[in-house]
Amino acid sequence: MIHPILAYLVAAGLFGLGCYGVLVRRNAVLLLMAVELMLNAVNLVLVTADTTVRAALPHTGQVFTLFVIVLAAAEIGVGLAVVLQLYRLRQSVAVDEVPLAEEEDRAPAEVR
Amino acid sequence: MNIGAADVLLVALGAVALGAGALVVGTRHVVRAGLWLVVTLGAVAGLYLVLTAELVAWVQVLLYVGAVVVLLLFAVMLTRAPIGASTDLDRTRWPGLLVGGGAGLGLVALLAYAYRWDRVRLPQPGRADGIGSEVFRSWVLPFEVLSVLLLAALVGAIVVSRPDIGESGGTGDPT
Repeated sequence: MIHPILAYLVAAGLFGLGCYGVLVRRNAVLLLMAVELMLNAVNLVLVTADTTVRAALPHTGQVFTLFVIVLAAAEIGVGLAVVLQLYRLRQSVAVDEVPLAEEEDRAPAEVR
Repeated sequence: MNIGAADVLLVALGAVALGAGALVVGTRHVVRAGLWLVVTLGAVAGLYLVLTAELVAWVQVLLYVGAVVVLLLFAVMLTRAPIGASTDLDRTRWPGLLVGGGAGLGLVALLAYAYRWDRVRLPQPGRADGIGSEVFRSWVLPFEVLSVLLLAALVGAIVVSRPDIGESGGTGDPT
């Protein structure tokens, strides 16, 4: 016998912390860490709901959690590839220094 | 109002997860943020164990603590992050506090309204045989789509990180 609200509150707190980190951090790697916190909060909600709610299919929440973990691994792989490419171009991973507009004066060979 | 051992474990592991999570988003050392992330993910794996999700807990340890954190620490090293404390890791805090606190408190209010102080009996533990038969009985198509997505992410990461292949490289053929 457990009180599921305790696990849900932990998940809500982790999600809030992840939100804060994504908005506040300037380093792109730290930002990805905050994204991992949010993904973990979602996983915790799924697992807790799986133990709490009697569904027609058993263990659906845990299966979804496995799917989300795999998605997070794919996301972190691609995300870090992008971050390393950004570092190679700019010598910096500060996300608020990334120019969103296309720079006209750079030749493509120099960018690459 | 009777509190069982599982509740005590939930509260303790949850406190560890939340405290380490606050340090992940609050510390001034880039490397330490990655190490506190290990503590957070380990505590969440402990929460999964208390919630009887055995397989998910060990997959969490293998994939998150083992693989994702190692990748993140490699990225920290490859981007030459400063070793000591750095003061310019954060932007202005109030928008983050506003949105993060709003999201967290909103979820707390919603979940507290939905679940009150209910007690539930713990179900059958999610062992590997049960989860595996459920994956291959009910969720085969998402499983296969996910494997295609992993392959696509692998190829995408290689294409993004290699400078000699791509649209204007012209020398290599990405396929």
